[in-house]
This record gives sequence, structure tokens and C-alpha cells, in this order.
Amino acid sequence: MSVVEVTGLRRIYETSTGVLRRRHRTIEAVHDVSFSVERGELFGLLGPNGAGKTTTIKILITLLLPTAGTARVLGIDVAKDPRAVRQRVGYVFGGDRGLYERLSAWDNLRYFAELYGVEPERQRARIQELLEMVGLTGRERERVEGFSRGMRQRLHIARGLLHDPEVLFLDEPTIGIDPVGARALRGTIATLATAGKTIVLTTHYMFEADELCGQIAVIDKGAIVARGTPADLKSLVTEGNVVEIELYGAPERVAADARRLDGVQSATLEERGHVQVLVVQSATDVDITPAVLACLHGARLGRISSREPTLEDAYVALVSGTCPD
Amino acid sequence: MSRLKRLGRMPRLVLVVWWLHLRMLAVSAFGGLMQIVWPLIFATSALLMFRVTADEQVLIYATLGAAAMGIWSAMATTASNMLQAQRWAGTLELIVVAPTPLAVILLPIALAMATVGMASMGATLLWAGLVFGITVPVASPVEFVLSLVVTVIAMALLGFLLSVAVVRYRTAWALGNVLEFPGWLLCGFLVPLTLLPGWVTPISYLLAPTWGMAAIRESAAGGDPWRALLFCAGLGLAYAAIGGLISEAVLNSARRHATVSLT
Ligand SMILES: Nc1ncnc2c1ncn2[C@@H]1O[C@H](COP(=O)(O)OP(=O)(O)OP(=O)(O)O)[C@@H](O)[C@H]1O
Ligand SMILES: [Mg+2]
Repeated sequence: MSVVEVTGLRRIYETSTGVLRRRHRTIEAVHDVSFSVERGELFGLLGPNGAGKTTTIKILITLLLPTAGTARVLGIDVAKDPRAVRQRVGYVFGGDRGLYERLSAWDNLRYFAELYGVEPERQRARIQELLEMVGLTGRERERVEGFSRGMRQRLHIARGLLHDPEVLFLDEPTIGIDPVGARALRGTIATLATAGKTIVLTTHYMFEADELCGQIAVIDKGAIVARGTPADLKSLVTEGNVVEIELYGAPERVAADARRLDGVQSATLEERGHVQVLVVQSATDVDITPAVLACLHGARLGRISSREPTLEDAYVALVSGTCPD
Repeated sequence: MSRLKRLGRMPRLVLVVWWLHLRMLAVSAFGGLMQIVWPLIFATSALLMFRVTADEQVLIYATLGAAAMGIWSAMATTASNMLQAQRWAGTLELIVVAPTPLAVILLPIALAMATVGMASMGATLLWAGLVFGITVPVASPVEFVLSLVVTVIAMALLGFLLSVAVVRYRTAWALGNVLEFPGWLLCGFLVPLTLLPGWVTPISYLLAPTWGMAAIRESAAGGDPWRALLFCAGLGLAYAAIGGLISEAVLNSARRHATVSLT
């Protein structure tokens, strides 16, 4: 039995705008999503803003009901028996909301320990252990309103782990944490997975997903567009090379022109500070660089480098619809 | 956790949630101040108005009414605003996805507000005594205190019922504000109910504070407060029961309509 089993999931939001003449609009945030996560797996849900990741997670943690389809966690239908699911899953979302500002870190944890039915005699030790783990020991008596964003995020993670859940849903858990803290947190997440926890993670950091996730699903506009290990996804996009060409003053159309060249799988023009970078992925080992350089519309050329494809390349190709399949 | 064990843990849970929310209410400089100052402002204006009559009975009537009125206002608005604030803070979704039934969490939150209400009631009576020199002669002290306590708890339970509604309707916090002013009249805090048109009487009778107010007055005057007290307690329990019964349905509706969280 899979720990998380999602079949034909669909979720529609109804919104209304306007005060006097209310216009009703429906948004299909999730449209036919199916996937499953096995025990002990670290599963990454990747996709652009508004793709439906948070919606999917909120259905799984019983905060939202699906419009259609089914979702099971540990074999329990989230729509039918939410309470049984709630006891056994943990939920952490990114950002600095979701804490009682006027309580100390310790009291925040005590509050949720109580709500999650952590044994009274175990609460103290458990809270101490988690504070240690997220690196907040010594700050626990301070009120949360004085906490930095990263400290809040760490506290969130401690909160999500209080009742030692079997399944963890982490929605952008490293957002706003400094690089050292984020690395430590990735270590923590990896440790939890090794200890047998099943983890569903969303992130916009591709290197993070690459480092952590055993399985990845890429979701776009409410539907899954690719599924597999990070290596599978990379090979989906290209077996060849990625060429990065630095440009100055290049018009938007160079990307479109490059895309039309033989052997080019995808081409995107990114702004990186004061320099533009044309990222070209090629299908074969043929060197497409000369052909690309011939259609730069007079842009000034910077450095040229080629590298192995990364998960980010795969992701960009998948969600910009340039993936060959 | 087994059902029985969960039930056994309930008192502790209620105590911890009550205590932490009470601390939050007390810590908030503005909120805490309003809970005390607001009722005092009401009491002052009511007493200033009634003082012209210089009839002592009327002043005592007004003092008691003003004390209750302040709590009513604080309760009606904070009960609904508090959950709205939790929605904004993102903690509402967390208490909803916790395995503890929502009603069990909301109840101590309402009780925390009742506790603050009790303090503000005391402050009002003290204020009336110190500033206006009005001492309420209490004929039956035990019944009087009991009436106060029951009234405040019944108001909190009404607040609880309101907050259950707030979970489902994002704009329901406004309901508390809407209820505030009519409540003053409907519950007979300042004006005797007999002065109101006949068709509002049934509404008044459905509001526990009406009975609580009557019980407070009766016990102060040395009358028999028990019937009113019973009605007040009964209605309070009914609010709690209704709130508890509908909370799951309300929650399911909120899950369907995506109104628990903001995003
Ligand atoms: N409560 C809501 N009411 C109406 N529309 C909503 C609601 N919540 C989400 N949506 C819409 O549903 C779509 C999917 O949102 P969702 O939050 O699931 O995206 P996401 O993949 O988590 O994006 P992000 O990467 O930005 O977090 C978006 O178009 C969003 O505007
Ligand atoms: Mg999201």
C-alpha cells in the first residue's frame, strides 16, 4: 500500500469579485492529478507559481475537500475520515505566518503539543529535543514577534514534528532561511527520510529538489507533466549539452530564433543582473554554438560556457512546454 | 490515541488553551486595554446620562447595566475578531488540521475572553464606586456573584457560537460588530425590556444575557434570581451544544468552500 495515493484529483475554487454586481468566477486549481508516494520516500512536487501544489497538499492534510477524485493518506480517505489523517500527518508551510506572535517559542510549541495529544510527561523533553534540532535552543523564552523570518521557519518545522508524524507535508520549508540554515534544514529533512518518514516536499529551488528527492512530479496548470527520479527528468530533456551564452542588449526574439534551429531542444533568455544569458539545450552532441551565434541580432557577446544539464534545465523545459516527448 | 484517553486529556487541554489565550489577551497592550477601557467608557457615559435624574435606584440600575454592557461589547466583537485575526495570522488553518475537534479548542478561547470580561466587570463596578460614588447595595452576595459568573460565561458561550460561524464565513466577524449595539437594547442592559416593542421580546428571551442581567438585578435587590439564572445557564449550554454540534458540519463546509485560510 502506498502511503499517499492520489487518484484523479480535482479542485475548483469559486471566487467572486465586485461589491454590487458580484461576478462569480471559477478557478480550476487542480485538474486531474494522480500520483502515489511509497513509505520512506522523499517526494518532490515541483511547479511554477499557481500550479496547484499548495492546493494538492491542503487536500492531503484535510484542510480542503477535493471537488472530484480521491486522496488517501496511509490508506485513509482524507474526505471521509479527516481526524484519523490529522493525527498521523505533519504540516509545515513556508513564510512567517502561522505562529502566535504574542507567545514565546516554547509556549507556541506547548500549545500545539497539547492540540496534537503529545503525552504531558513527554512534552518537555520533546520540545527541548526539537528546539535543539532546529537550532533555537536559548531563544525559546522570547516572544515570536521578535523572531526573524528564518527563526520563525525553524519554529514551524519544530511544530510540525511535535507529534512525530509518519507523513510530513512540507510546503516550501526553506523559503526565507539563510544558506547555512537551509543546508542544515535539508540535512534534517534527509535524516527524517532516512529514519523512515514519508515526506512530500514542494520547493522552487531545483538544486534542493535534486539533492533531496528520490521521486519528483512536475505539476503545471493543475496537471502533472512529468514524473520520475531527478535523473529520469534530466534525461527526459536532453542527453546532450547545455550552452550558456552571456549577452548584452539582446532582443527577446533571440530565444525564439534559437529554438527554431536544428538540434535545439529549448532556448530561454534569462536576466541575471546586468547580463542576459541565453540558455540553449541541444538534443545531440552536435555543437550548436556556431548556429546560435549566427542569429544574435547584433547583441554583444560575453562568455560562453557549456555544462551538463541540471534539474533546473529539465524543469524549465517541462513547464515552458519545450520538452520533446 | 484511544477515545477514552483523549477524553481524559480534555481538562488539561482546555486549561492549557485557556491559559495561553488569556496570556495573549493580556499581553496585547491595545486589546487588553480595550477590554478594560471600553467598558469603562460605556459606564462613564451611561452614568453621566443617568446622573441627571439623581434617583439612586436608577443609578444602580445603570451601573449594573453598564458593567454588563461593556462585557457584551468586548465579547461580541473580540469573539469574532479573534478568529478572524487567527485566519490572518495563519494559525486558524493549523488549529483546524490538528486532531483535536475544533469546538474543544474554541471553547477555552471563549472562556479566556470570559475571564477578561469578569475582570472588566469588576473594574466597572470599582470605577462607578470610586469616581461616581455609587455603591451597589447587594442584598444576596452569593447569588449576586453567581449571577455575574453565569452571565459572563453565557456571554462567552454566545461568543463561542459566533466564532464557530466565523470559521465558515470569512466576513462573519462583522456579525459580532453588528450584534453589539442591538444587544445593548435587546438584553435590557440600560433600558427595561418593557419599554421595547412587543415583537422584540422573543428575541430578547433567546439571548442569555437578558436573563443574566435580570438575575444580577434580582440578586442585588434581594429578590429571587434563580429562575432567570436557570434560563441564562440553560441558554448558555444550548449555545455550547449547538456550537459543538454544528462545528463539524461548518468545518466541512469551510473545507468545501476553501474559507479556512486566506491563500
Ligand atoms: N482560496 C482560494 N480561492 C480562490 N483561488 C485560489 C485559492 N487558493 C488558491 N487559489 C488559486 O488556485 C491556483 C493554484 O494555487 P496554489 O496555491 O495551489 O498554487 P501553488 O502551486 O502552491 O503556487 P506557489 O508556487 O505560488 O505556491 C492559483 O491560481 C490560485 O490563485
Ligand atoms: Mg504554494
